[in-house]
Amino acid sequence: MKEIYLDNNATTKVDEAVFEEMRPYFCELYGNPSSMHFFGGQVQQKVDEARKRVAALLGASPDEIIFTACGTESDNAAIRSALEVFPEKRHVITSRVEHPAVLTQCRNLTQKGYRVTEIGVDSEGQLDMAELKAAVDADTAIVSLMYANNETGVIFPIEEAAAIAKAKGVLFHTDAVQAVGKVPINLAASKIDLLSLSGHKLHAPKGIGVLYLRRGTPFRPFMVGGHQEKSRRAGTENAAAIIALGKACELAGQNMAIENTQVKALRDRLQTELMARIPHARINGGAAERLPNTLNIAFEFVEGEAILLLLNELGICASSGSACTSGSLEPSHVLRAMGVPFTCAHGSIRFSLSRYTTAGEIDTVIRELPPIIAHLRQMSPFGREFLKKQ
Amino acid sequence: MWDYTPTVKEHFLNPRNVGDIPDADAVGEVGSLACGDALKLYLKLDDDKDKIVDAKFQTFGCASAIASSSALTEMVKGKTLDEALAISNQDIAEFLGGLPEEKMHCSVMGQEALEVAIAKYRGHEVKPHDHDHDHGPAYPDQEGTIVCKCFGITDVFLKKVIETNKLTTAEQVTHFTKAGGGCGGCIPRIKELIAEVMGKQESEEPRKRPEKLSNMKKMQMIQEVLERDIRPLLWADGGDLELIDIDGPKVQVAFRKACAGCSSSGFTSRVVEQKLRDLVAEDIVVEEVAA
Repeated sequence: MKEIYLDNNATTKVDEAVFEEMRPYFCELYGNPSSMHFFGGQVQQKVDEARKRVAALLGASPDEIIFTACGTESDNAAIRSALEVFPEKRHVITSRVEHPAVLTQCRNLTQKGYRVTEIGVDSEGQLDMAELKAAVDADTAIVSLMYANNETGVIFPIEEAAAIAKAKGVLFHTDAVQAVGKVPINLAASKIDLLSLSGHKLHAPKGIGVLYLRRGTPFRPFMVGGHQEKSRRAGTENAAAIIALGKACELAGQNMAIENTQVKALRDRLQTELMARIPHARINGGAAERLPNTLNIAFEFVEGEAILLLLNELGICASSGSACTSGSLEPSHVLRAMGVPFTCAHGSIRFSLSRYTTAGEIDTVIRELPPIIAHLRQMSPFGREFLKKQ
Repeated sequence: MWDYTPTVKEHFLNPRNVGDIPDADAVGEVGSLACGDALKLYLKLDDDKDKIVDAKFQTFGCASAIASSSALTEMVKGKTLDEALAISNQDIAEFLGGLPEEKMHCSVMGQEALEVAIAKYRGHEVKPHDHDHDHGPAYPDQEGTIVCKCFGITDVFLKKVIETNKLTTAEQVTHFTKAGGGCGGCIPRIKELIAEVMGKQESEEPRKRPEKLSNMKKMQMIQEVLERDIRPLLWADGGDLELIDIDGPKVQVAFRKACAGCSSSGFTSRVVEQKLRDLVAEDIVVEEVAA
């Protein structure tokens, strides 16, 4: 059974050109980039080249790029640094729909006596800008808001949010893990101070991330030890993964148009056809500006895990915001923050496409999903009542 | 991805007895659309109104909810109402070859629907089912005080599930009943209920080491003590233990999760050994192995 992989917001396939770029740096060119000899030096050169490639994708300067292990580390480093740099400030602002990499850290901060404001979102998942404006004050150390939501794909007006923070002299961080490579970002013309990205979301391997740190921004390292990354992140560089990320960023820049035309067209076709074929469905965040690859769709009267496992039987890989897949009992915090009724939140499925997604794969989902929903509704007491009324 | 047994998968993919029985003698409905799972169970009795001759279900829920409902309908057919009432949620889980602990509430939902159906048939008062509001009740408890407001679960129901399933942590209670899985505000009360039930059990039947044991019985008791008395304690600290082998008095265990590589594992081994000596046989020697 050939898999149809539509879970690219969870992780992506490593591009073969990316893999070829990193391959020599395991068994052949395995020197430590910090070593003084030529053998390490040639790796250092490649790491520097990767840094330039990452910077080019972001419209940043290479010295503003710090390589980390993952998006989570970058998010943690950004917030933690702000609190250390401004020890007198005891307030952090984030949103209710952040990834756990930010949200869990912020909620832990409340146990250490910090004040944390979680800005709400509207029913389309869009940030409440008035609430943000009112929340920023002289005590705020950092505002951390995601660029695009991992579950719904909703894109926040991040430059406007950064401007609100900067107007009051507050550091601004964005978790751009889902946005980098899918939407154009130009940090040179931005007010963003810190930005996180993760390699495995843009066809690089897992285990490599970046923290962008605007030149001149005060910073305290999260990891200390050696002098790597200009003493901003100690620890021997994951050279092969860094080199891979450099190549992935170069390719992402070249393929940005594809993301916004071909990938978006496939996503829109999937959305339109599913909505036409399945009654009582709704698009979560459908009216907001969204990432071109993400579709979060809810089906009333059925439960997400059951849908997901029946899709899985056909080799179709998607994701669910239902409670049962996460082991918790409440559906996704993102859908709850949006006020999506429980009746829909339990039956929400996320499809996330990539440039490798084909029209044939989308056709298969369009063909296979409606009978799955009908089958589960036939089994569900609520679905049967609904079907009887049809 | 959940690790489901082949039987769970089979009953999820090919559920038995889906549908309704228009002239059912008993109907039991639990759960709600808001809670994320619900089950409507239909029972048809024979002419003597004693044995269940047919059972059907409608379920809104995950794979384990559907599989538990399917299993339940298979299990009750041919049983008298009293025999059916003796089916516990553990029996449903066992029929399926086990369920992930996080999904045990699906088996409890099955047992509860069965109880409601039979109670209604026998003319006992059952609260009208309500699934229009945004949360709960997960199970239509008949008496007691609401402990978990998110899912509308009472202390009487919780004590019953704690006792039947020998639950020792609040996390387990959440997995089995959903209570505590919403805002979490009731977790302190759940812990109190666990303490009450455990205290009652201890005062009712003080456990003693048996005088004499066959090898088979001894092995069974060692497994029982590890499951009932030791593992829940380790889970509370994020750890776990696995029984590797029993050879005469020698009991080999391997520590897992937070216990694996813990600097206090030697101490934990001694605690395990003492417990087994107290409750099974005084010559037991516990050895930690790396397997």
